[in-house]
Amino acid sequence: MKAEIDDSSLDRGKLFKKRVLVLFFVEMFFVLLIIGRLYFLQVIEADKYTALADENRLSSRLLVPKRGIITDRFGHVLASNVQNFRAMLIREQATDDLDTILANFSQLVPLSPSEIDKIRKDAKRNRAFVPIQIKENLSWDDMAKIQVNLPDLPGIIIDEGFSRSYPYASVTHIVGYVGPVVDGDTANDKDLLLDMPGFRIGKTGIEAFYEKELRGVAGTRKVETNAIGRIVREISRVPGQDGKKIELSIDLRLQEYISKLFSHHVGAAVVMDVKSGEVVAMVSEPSFDPNLFNFGLSKDDWDTIRKNPFAPMTNKAISGLYSPGSTFKMIVALSALEAKVVSKEETVDCKGYVNYKGHTIYCWKRSGHGPMDVYDAIKHSCDSYFYEVAVRAGIDRISDMAFQFGLGSLTGITLPNEKPGLIPTKEWKLVNGDSQWQTGDTINTGIGQGSVLVTPLQLAVMTSRIANRGLKVEPTIIKGGNKNKTWKRIQRLSSSNLSLIREAMTAVVNEKGGSAFNAKLILDGIKMAGKTGTSQVKHLIKRVKTEQLPYKERDHALFVGYAPTSNPKYAVAVVVEHGGSGSGVAAPLVKNIMEKTLELDPSNMKQTSVILK
Amino acid sequence: MMNDYEQDRQTIIERLLNINWLYLLVVSILVGIGYATLKSAAFGTENLWAEKQMIRFGIGLSIAVIVGVTDIKFWMKYAYFIYAVFLSFLVIVHFSGFIGMGAQRWIRLGPIVFQPSELMKFGVILALARYFHSVSVTDIRKVRFCLVPFFIIAVPAFLIFKQPDLGTTILILLGGVAAFFLVGVQYWKFVLMIVSGVVVVPTILWRLMHDYQRNRILTYLNPERDPLGKGYHILQSKITLGSGGIFGKGYMNGTQSHLNFLPEKHTDFIFTVISEEFGFIGGAVVIALYVILLIMGYVIATRSQNYFGKVLAAGITTYIFIYFFVNIAMVTGLVPVVGAPLPLVSYGGSSLLTMMFSFGLVECVYTNRNVVVSRRGANFDDDY
Repeated sequence: MKAEIDDSSLDRGKLFKKRVLVLFFVEMFFVLLIIGRLYFLQVIEADKYTALADENRLSSRLLVPKRGIITDRFGHVLASNVQNFRAMLIREQATDDLDTILANFSQLVPLSPSEIDKIRKDAKRNRAFVPIQIKENLSWDDMAKIQVNLPDLPGIIIDEGFSRSYPYASVTHIVGYVGPVVDGDTANDKDLLLDMPGFRIGKTGIEAFYEKELRGVAGTRKVETNAIGRIVREISRVPGQDGKKIELSIDLRLQEYISKLFSHHVGAAVVMDVKSGEVVAMVSEPSFDPNLFNFGLSKDDWDTIRKNPFAPMTNKAISGLYSPGSTFKMIVALSALEAKVVSKEETVDCKGYVNYKGHTIYCWKRSGHGPMDVYDAIKHSCDSYFYEVAVRAGIDRISDMAFQFGLGSLTGITLPNEKPGLIPTKEWKLVNGDSQWQTGDTINTGIGQGSVLVTPLQLAVMTSRIANRGLKVEPTIIKGGNKNKTWKRIQRLSSSNLSLIREAMTAVVNEKGGSAFNAKLILDGIKMAGKTGTSQVKHLIKRVKTEQLPYKERDHALFVGYAPTSNPKYAVAVVVEHGGSGSGVAAPLVKNIMEKTLELDPSNMKQTSVILK
Repeated sequence: MMNDYEQDRQTIIERLLNINWLYLLVVSILVGIGYATLKSAAFGTENLWAEKQMIRFGIGLSIAVIVGVTDIKFWMKYAYFIYAVFLSFLVIVHFSGFIGMGAQRWIRLGPIVFQPSELMKFGVILALARYFHSVSVTDIRKVRFCLVPFFIIAVPAFLIFKQPDLGTTILILLGGVAAFFLVGVQYWKFVLMIVSGVVVVPTILWRLMHDYQRNRILTYLNPERDPLGKGYHILQSKITLGSGGIFGKGYMNGTQSHLNFLPEKHTDFIFTVISEEFGFIGGAVVIALYVILLIMGYVIATRSQNYFGKVLAAGITTYIFIYFFVNIAMVTGLVPVVGAPLPLVSYGGSSLLTMMFSFGLVECVYTNRNVVVSRRGANFDDDY
């Protein structure tokens, strides 16, 4: 140190040299530091950064498959894909700010405040090169207007996509509809397609149940993108698979016909092929236009549908629960006959009421039917007879028989939201009721009232199983859906007992005095068998005329039937909510439906002998 | 040993032969690497950057040779004047310079547009060399003799900081500190400065900083803070380097740079383009070339017989070190992104031309290495 202080020029040079050396070593330390850093990044961590670079550069784009169409059994398209023109905005190509663009656009095609809100949200969420939707489902006129003005709308492009179209409202409850993906949808479905902007999935009906099949499989294309995400080139492409076509067992013409018949009714009708189980018509009224959901349902439209007291959203054929009323009497009769607690010939004297443990319970015919055997009791729908035999048979045998005929459990039809209904048992009452099973409960069950709840589809299944002599046919909504199935026969069921029930059901429609004689088919040589039902919504002490009751307290009108009696082909079940009596309202409907069904039956095409009057 | 007289008698040819051509060759190799890299960064289109840069290099090389053969006493005489002119440019730019890339840095002088802050770095070194030449080691150890050089550094540093240009400010400050160190200011003063700096920087500097400068620091401390925003540059830069591996992806095959993931690929981040395409090896070669420049520069400095030349050559050489270190440390994520080009390689006219000018000064020190100028003879009009 002492030497450094010396002021001679030479020493100044020496000190400088020393300092240069020190500085150089300090610098070399830093140079080693950056070389070490480079070694760390480029040699030790090279793999990690190579992966990140590839992640930067390569991205997979989904190729959206075309959704499968839905047709009726003859190929009529019930759900199709229609070209849909959308106006999109690519902000990075726009010269104006979003507000100006939207203002200019809405001068051509008006935008609602909620649409503008959504556009703003999308604009915030996405980077400037991602197209955001301004308006979809443009009409030809609107599209033409935009096309002409495109030079003044920089950044706006017209994009062609597909949207779902449902031409027939009568099949809405079967076909269902598609809607935008919501949070709940992604919980169990990890398909990347759900993340595609504007992607729609089935919300109800076949669209929902066969979502996987209809959707198809997305293809992918691997692309190289630059920093802002623009595609530079395509590297590979794996084609996807379009969705499958779903062919329903429904006959659209019949569906439309029934829908028209129901124009003043609320309720459901099911027409089923008794051998194959294929449902050829399933109508639930009122219905609604599912296209509304597709094109952005307005709040008013939504309120109209949601607040409609007749529940247009519900498929009453599978989700509507009704007391079967007298249509349940075949089950009660069969269980009593099978249990041999009553013979075919044995009569019960109907005085218009029965006394049971001090209670008086009335037959619908207060004047009484007189002595009734099982045949007459079904034909006239005598309540007194069934009170008696129901008590004799007991609830366990009745519910057993009901289950055998498909009541009170899911039919397994491939539609969402099917309800099982309810066939009460002693155990059920113990668990769900406040007391033990009472004989009074059995009496109520004997005429299909009380706790018994079934769906119109279950009634059609029951009727089919009666019609085809106890074969446990199951319903399907898909054409050929039961092709590979064979039906087991209901065990320990005497065919003579079943035949007797079938004869009695034939008498209901075809013999004078039958409760649905008014529904006799006006077809040469073809007879229908059936059974009326009137299920009480409110327990009434006095009988009152339907018209005098408030709508919600009126009885449901039911009818089940099958035809032709000689070689049954179709079973029909109809429920008219608060329609009044089964014989007055439901039976004539079934008559018309059955005639139409037989007319439209393919095997009938060549026969000209069947003439509608 | 040649005396002043003999030096003056040299012909132009002799002077040209006297130039350290090896030094300029290393410089040219680095510029050549820059040319090739600029070509790749522009995806093969030469005209975008590379051609322009080559023309500038041609001019720069001429300047370097011309400056290299001048008499060092000329620079000594006009050192303060040059400093004053450069400083006035800075003042002008402060009031009427035009804004580019969010900072007021540019000035137009006739057809030439340049950044006075680039020139100022060497103005500072010239003035410091001039000052230290006349101050004895005993005096330099007294604080009052450090006041003048302190202001020589601080005034332009403050003006450049206000532009704002944090990178150049730091370069000038570090260069100034290095000059103090070289001329023999005691070690303990540097220790004291570093310790006080740890206290001063977070308080005073932080308050003076612009938001974007603060963000850069914060992002440096945690790049993942904002991977698509502020941290994007650092992250992408590291990906570019790391994906290059040992041997690189090959010339013109860099994906990060060609797909524009890399920001500022032709200026501040050009080192990552080299390292992506030529790997760790390529990067190490570039660093080795700089180290060769350092060694040659310091050897030239120590061999100079005049103190002005020593400080000038060593100061410029130290600048080159600070420059390339800060740039590479920045792109490798060792220091915050401050906006410092890679000397000779990055695209940019002001940077390249001033750099070539300063290499000319180093050459000038080399060719005048035997010229002795006494300390007292600061007033050397008689000698000249």
